[in-house]
Amino acid sequence: MRPDLQHLFRMEKLPHIWCPGCGHGIITRAIAEAINESGIDLDKTVIVSGIGCSSRAPGYMNFDTLHTLHGRALAFATGVKLANPELNVFVITGDGDATAIGGNHFIHAARRNIDLTVILFNNNIYGMTGGQYSPLTPTGKMAATSPYGNPENNFDVAALAIAAGASFVARGTAFHDKLLVNSIKEGIKNKGFSLIEALSMCPTSYGRRNKMGSAADMIKHLKDNAVNVVTAQKLPPEKLEGKFLIGTLHYKPYREFTEEYDKLIARVQKEGK
Amino acid sequence: MKKRKARLVQGNRACAEGALAAGVRFFAGYPITPSTEIAEIMSEELPKLGGKFIQMEDEIGGMTCILGAALTGKKVLTASSGPGISLKQEAIGYAALAEIPCVIVNVQRLGPSTGGPTSTAQGDIMQARWGTHGDHPIIALCPSSVYECFTLTVTAVNYAEKYRTPVYVLLDEIIGHMREKVEFPDISELEIIDRKRPDCPPVDYLPYKIDKTLIPAMADFGTGYKWHVTGLMHDETGFPTGKPEIIDAQLKRLMNKIEKYEDEILLWEDIETDDAEILIVAYGSTARSAVEAVENLRTEGIKVGLFRPITIWPFPEKALRSKLENVKHIIVPEMNYGQLSLEVERVCKDKAPVSGLYKVNSLPLSPNEVMAKVREVL
Amino acid sequence: MADKPLDIDQKSCKGCGICYSLCPKKAITGDIRGKVVLSAPDLCSRCGICESHCPDYAIFVRREKK
Repeated sequence: MRPDLQHLFRMEKLPHIWCPGCGHGIITRAIAEAINESGIDLDKTVIVSGIGCSSRAPGYMNFDTLHTLHGRALAFATGVKLANPELNVFVITGDGDATAIGGNHFIHAARRNIDLTVILFNNNIYGMTGGQYSPLTPTGKMAATSPYGNPENNFDVAALAIAAGASFVARGTAFHDKLLVNSIKEGIKNKGFSLIEALSMCPTSYGRRNKMGSAADMIKHLKDNAVNVVTAQKLPPEKLEGKFLIGTLHYKPYREFTEEYDKLIARVQKEGK
Repeated sequence: MKKRKARLVQGNRACAEGALAAGVRFFAGYPITPSTEIAEIMSEELPKLGGKFIQMEDEIGGMTCILGAALTGKKVLTASSGPGISLKQEAIGYAALAEIPCVIVNVQRLGPSTGGPTSTAQGDIMQARWGTHGDHPIIALCPSSVYECFTLTVTAVNYAEKYRTPVYVLLDEIIGHMREKVEFPDISELEIIDRKRPDCPPVDYLPYKIDKTLIPAMADFGTGYKWHVTGLMHDETGFPTGKPEIIDAQLKRLMNKIEKYEDEILLWEDIETDDAEILIVAYGSTARSAVEAVENLRTEGIKVGLFRPITIWPFPEKALRSKLENVKHIIVPEMNYGQLSLEVERVCKDKAPVSGLYKVNSLPLSPNEVMAKVREVL
Repeated sequence: MADKPLDIDQKSCKGCGICYSLCPKKAITGDIRGKVVLSAPDLCSRCGICESHCPDYAIFVRREKK
C-alpha cells in the first residue's frame, strides 16, 4: 500500500477477501485516492454499502462505515445524509445490489438528487453467491443461472440514473484508474446525487464462464473496449460498435434534497408555513 | 406552572406527540392505513422543531432510512401497519443485531395479507416477537388509551435509547383511530433518556463491548470514532467474525441485555385481582371491553379480575403468576386466533386452565362477549 | 540495491498476474506460483502502472522525493 493512502485504510484488516484478479481492490484504492485528493474532513465521512462482494469494501476503509442489508445501502445512506447533511456520505454498491434488489431505492435517491457519492462496482455478476446473472449481465452471457446464455435484457445503469434525475453520472474502469479517481473527485464536488459506474472484473465467476481468459486478459478487455466520451464525439458510429464510453456522461447540477429540506425548515420556523 | 387544556385527541396523534416530546427528530415512512396520520403529523411538526421527515419509496426504505439517521445520533421513529410491518422485518432484525435504537409504531389491522386496512385486529403479537429470522430480544408496548399512546411512545423512545434496541409500540386500529379527551403531561415532567455515548478516545472504543451493563456505548457517526456497523455476526470491535465462542458471547449478551433489565422494562396493570377466581388477561383495545366486563360482573358478585400486560414483550410472567392465588380459570380475549393466550398458557397452565376468546372478523370484542365467556366457565 | 525501484509485499500478492502483464518495460514477472517478482529492476521506469492496478496493494513504487 502506498504510504500516503495508508491512513485511509484499516491496514490490519488487509489482505481483503476478494479473489485473485478481482477488480474491486483497484476501485477501492481509487476511492481512497479521490477522498485523499479532495481534502474532505475524514472524521465527517461515512461510507455505506449493501451486500455482495463490492459491499465488503467499507470494512477495509478507515471511516465511519455502515455495511447494511442487500439492496438497502441507499436508503440507509439517505437517512445518514438527511439526518446530518454535514457528513460526506459515500455509497459503495454492486450491480445486483443497486439495480435488482435495490433498484427502487436507486431511482428514488437519484430522483431526490440527494447529495450522495455512489460508486457502483459493476462486475456484471453476483460474485459472492457464485455467479448468477444480474440486471447488468449483458444479454446472452453465461452465468450460473443462465447456463444457455442470459435471455434477459440488461440495464444501462448510467442511462437509468440520468433518466431518474442524477445530477452527475460518470463511468470509469479498473484499468482507467486515473480517470476513475478524477470521476470520483468530480462526484464528491457535485452537490447532488453522483453515480460513478466503475467497471470491474470478476475472473472467478464471470470471466471463467464467458471464456474471457485471465484477470490480466479481462483488464485488457476493459482497456481495449473503452472509448473516452470526448473522443467518441469525433468518431463515426461504426467505430463505436461494441465499445462503451468512459468519462463524464452527464453533469447538470440542480436543487439538492437536503439543502431544500433545510430551506423548508428555515421557512417553516420563520413563517410557520 | 403552565395551565393545560384538555383536548380531544386521536391515538395516532398521541403517538406522534409522544415521540416528539421524547426527542424524536427524524421520521421516515410510507403511507399505509391505519397508521398514516402519524406520518402526516410528523411531516407537519418535525420541521418546526428542526427535525426531518421523509416519505420513502417503500416500507423497507422507511425502516432502513431511520436506522441510518439513528447512527448519526438522532432519535428516530417509523410507523406502519400489517403489510408494511411485514416488509420491515429484515431491517428490524438488523436493528436488533447492530443494536440501533429505533421505535416502530404498528397500528395493527386485520390480516394476513392486505386483510382489512380499516379493520381492527391484534394479529401481530407473535410477529412482533418472532417476525424476523434468528433469535433476538425485542420490547413491545401495548397502549389501551389515547393517553397511553402518548406516554408509552415516550417510554418506547426511552427504552430504545437506554437498551440500544428496536422497540415496538403496538396499537390496534381502534386505539389508533379512537379519540379521547386527554391532558398530556408537560415535557418538563417527563423523564427523557439519551443513549450512552462513549467517553473514551476513539482508539479504545468498542461499540459492542461486553461489560457488566451489557449495553455498549454508541458513538454518533461523524464524531471521529470511525466505527464499523454490520449485520454480520461481529466481535466487540464491530467487525465480522466467524469464531463460535465470540458469536456465542455476543448473542448471549444481546439476549441477556433485555432480560437483565426486565424489572424496569415490564409494565402491567391489574384490576380487582385480590380475590379474583376468574382472571381475564387482556391488552390493547380489548382490555377496555374487559374492564367493563369486570365492573358489570362484580356488581353481580362474580369474583373476576383483569390483568393487563402493557409490556407485551418481554412478557410480565412473574407479575401474572403473582395474581393467581385464588384463580380457578383464566380467560384471554384477543382479536386473533390465540397468540398471547399461548404465552399465558405457558406461564399459568400449572395453576389454572386457560380459555381463549378469539374474534377475527373485523369487529371489536364487546364487553358482552367477554361477560358471556366468563359465565360460560363459571 | 539502494535504488530498488519498487517494493513487493509477497504476503499480500495473490498472484493474479495483472501487474506484470501490464508492465510496459517487462521489469516484473511471475514466479512459479504466479506471484510477482522484480526480475529486471534496471528496466523499471517507475511508471506506477503495476502499483495502481494491483488489486491487493502488494506493490509500492519508490518515488523520488520532490
